Amino acid sequence: MREIQVSRITEEIERLCIEANEHLPEDVKCAIQSCRACEDGEIAKGVLDDIIMNYEIADKEQVPICQDTGMACVFLEIGQDVHLVGGNLTEAVDEGVRKGYQNGYLRKSVVKDPVRRGNTGDNTPAMLYTEIVPGENVRITVGPKGFGSENMSAIRMFKPSAGLQGIKDFILEVVETAGPNPCPPMVVGVGIGGTFDKCALLAKKALMRPLDQRNPDPFYADLETEMLQKINRLGIGPQGYGGRTTALGLNIETMPTHIAGMPCAVNISCHVTRHKTAVI
Amino acid sequence: MERRRITLPLTAELARTLHAGDQVLLTGTIYTSRDAGHARMCESLAKGEPLPFDPTDATIYYVGPAPAKPGQVIGSAGPTTSGRMDAYAPTMMSVGARGMIGKGARLPEVVEAMKKYSGVYFGAIGGAGALLARCIKKAELIAYEDLGAEALRKLYVEDMPLVVIIDCEGNNLYETGRENYLKAGNSYQN
Repeated sequence: MREIQVSRITEEIERLCIEANEHLPEDVKCAIQSCRACEDGEIAKGVLDDIIMNYEIADKEQVPICQDTGMACVFLEIGQDVHLVGGNLTEAVDEGVRKGYQNGYLRKSVVKDPVRRGNTGDNTPAMLYTEIVPGENVRITVGPKGFGSENMSAIRMFKPSAGLQGIKDFILEVVETAGPNPCPPMVVGVGIGGTFDKCALLAKKALMRPLDQRNPDPFYADLETEMLQKINRLGIGPQGYGGRTTALGLNIETMPTHIAGMPCAVNISCHVTRHKTAVI
Repeated sequence: MERRRITLPLTAELARTLHAGDQVLLTGTIYTSRDAGHARMCESLAKGEPLPFDPTDATIYYVGPAPAKPGQVIGSAGPTTSGRMDAYAPTMMSVGARGMIGKGARLPEVVEAMKKYSGVYFGAIGGAGALLARCIKKAELIAYEDLGAEALRKLYVEDMPLVVIIDCEGNNLYETGRENYLKAGNSYQN
């Protein structure tokens, strides 16, 4: 049994919130650069040049890449041989978010009630997911999620008879409907299977996987490649102004589901798809 | 393509020279407002009260900036999704506001109001908040401080890189840009 102070979690989350918002992951930068090399329209090229300049400024000046510094999605994989001591874990996570958003000059974008609104003033609460895994480490991933793209996401409970074609059509329909709103080029996270809730979580987790890593199952790896090509034939293009680059990447995560169902969730993200991980 | 320099205020004459697809560098005074600010401004107008700024020929930037770090004029400041302001935009244009800066699709009633009042919808690059903040030389909070990031601010911008998405004749780059790309058989010719 390894003891870990919850204050360590707070410190790491504070740091991860700031770093994730200021520094775009290398895989996303690479995808943007290779898409820029393939574009031939003047406006599309100009947009991608500005997007590259933007993340370079953010890196250098240590400022947020995007003003929508998002809701803090926090994933904790807690080793079953870890004993967390020194306080309440959920409060420790929120304290990390509070400090990160305050000390990092990040925007506070959370309201305390979905209908009656009212800013919480410190970007809490975190959207926290915990998972118990083997081992004695705690793996923390912070993925700040902006809502321009989150608002364009969708879930559908398919009949199994809809088959693979139903899923393919749905992914394209969601991207098409999103159009210019989610700041394309987008990143598309797809969840297939599970229950209604698990399916949406799979789609969110798909956004945390690097864009250059395919699904380990060749069937889904091929589907990722095929759907990315199809999306990039829609012509929506950078910022919706027309062009080749509508999406930078598409990741699929799956799990078993019920004999009566085939849930599919599509979580849309933008070219500022941020996540940062640390292991304690 | 050359980026054309334009200077505010956005008069009807200037608006009529701008066409969907034009890349411009905008200089002048603009005002920030998003969801909650628009709701309040339209409530004021409904009660016959004045707005916190003179809307005549004004340009409104749909943005909720990040807080300024010490020494900065403003934090990262890219556009938010404009469609959420569609319910308010025709009212704002009816009292003289003409320019809108944002990103994303607009409803047909907004485009109709743009034709009626010679409005222009400019796109700033969504997600390029660090780059766009560099164009903001002055920022002053003018109203609704309690709304935090959503408070009304008066900004002075220099050479802000924008694209005309919808012009005052209703031409829409979101439609034509995509059509042109697809017509060219995926070999994009602008």
